[in-house]
Amino acid sequence: MRVKDLLEIVSGKLLNPSADLNREIKGGCGADLMSDVLASIQPEAVLLTGLCNPQVIRTAQMADVAAVVLVRGKAPQEETINLAEKEGIPLILSPYGMFELCGRLHKAGLPSLEMPVNGDDCSCSE
Amino acid sequence: MSDQPSRNRIISDQEAEHITRLEELAYEVKVQEAMTSDPKALDASQTMKEALDMFRSLRISGAPVLQRGEIVGVLSIEDVIRSLMVPDLDSKVTEYMTSKVITIRDEELVVEALKIFVNKPIGRLPVIDENGNLVGMLTKGDITRAFLKALQRDTQEEEMRRYRASHLFEDIESDRTSLILRYNIKAGDFTHGGAASSNIKRALMRLGASPQIARRCGIAIYEAEINLIIHTTNGGVIRVEIEPHQISIDAYDYGPGIPDVEQAMKPGYSTASEAVREMGFGAGMGLVNISRCTDSMTLESTVGKGTRLRMKIFLAQQETVGEGYPAN
Repeated sequence: MRVKDLLEIVSGKLLNPSADLNREIKGGCGADLMSDVLASIQPEAVLLTGLCNPQVIRTAQMADVAAVVLVRGKAPQEETINLAEKEGIPLILSPYGMFELCGRLHKAGLPSLEMPVNGDDCSCSE
Repeated sequence: MSDQPSRNRIISDQEAEHITRLEELAYEVKVQEAMTSDPKALDASQTMKEALDMFRSLRISGAPVLQRGEIVGVLSIEDVIRSLMVPDLDSKVTEYMTSKVITIRDEELVVEALKIFVNKPIGRLPVIDENGNLVGMLTKGDITRAFLKALQRDTQEEEMRRYRASHLFEDIESDRTSLILRYNIKAGDFTHGGAASSNIKRALMRLGASPQIARRCGIAIYEAEINLIIHTTNGGVIRVEIEPHQISIDAYDYGPGIPDVEQAMKPGYSTASEAVREMGFGAGMGLVNISRCTDSMTLESTVGKGTRLRMKIFLAQQETVGEGYPAN
């Protein structure tokens, strides 16, 4: 799937128009905890998130994220857009919620790029 | 741009957001960089037949007409066609040329030439220097070529930087060569949080690190950077030492220190405030993430003195940085 296909599926608005619409997206990941994203996301995924501060873009950059979709139409701060522009990461605003978006993208054939957390890494399994 | 702003209005930030690299170039490239210099000119005494022969042999579609060195007109292929239809090839070029000549200074930006091309039915502009001497010709094709070259230069610059950096250590002989990068991290500065990790990741890519190595370092350093922003009293320092075979990262600060290091290392344990959690951090997974991304990690802390987090990433034989191995 390419960024332009993604835009259509999520009824999204591209906030940094100079971003590359032909960039390939290999899968998806949805999270609001940036540490969860850093812990689980594999490269070249689209990141769906409800957070809209600049750290979302920094996280995306560190984790080689192909595109960021902000859910529920939450308009981000200016700094977030500027950073996305500078780092060349497509930043997309979608009116839909997280569940709806995950469903839509999964249905469109996008696999999950969230790595399962192994037992040692998760306190919940203790 | 879909909504072309009118020429006399100052462009708003909203519109400026839509300016492309190509539009920027129109304001960066000068006419003299885009023009064809050493232009072939016709003399006012020449005939249309001579003009036709010149256009044909040089494969050009127009030329300025000079009289005693001064530009008196421009003759284009359309003018030649008009004379052919009569036919009237023995006439002087001055009979058919456009004599109201619009010229442009070599120092002007290409955007000025574009404005003329858009508003006037002409395809070429004689370029003059400060004394009014003809120094070149500019067509829309010249502008396109100049832009394509500039765009290519943009990408080449990054490639060049990468090439230079990726061979950094190659010709330096010592018993142990390394490159040290230091970044001061301010406490509470969330807006710039991640800037250091971003710079380090970019530096590693330029040095020839593989995408996997750059990613692991980026994530580990980013988590460490966020920790310094969240937890320290006066900020801290990130020090990265890059050697061909290993990357050593130290994140240290001067307080407040961690009372129970063992507890701090436990997944899910966090002392972060609600405000920090709202920003998507402070879930107690930072150190866990760091240890997952690095080959070794140690955390030492003394309350009242400070904390030092040491991380190491080892590079395999074919993955070394700065020794000219291409990133895979």
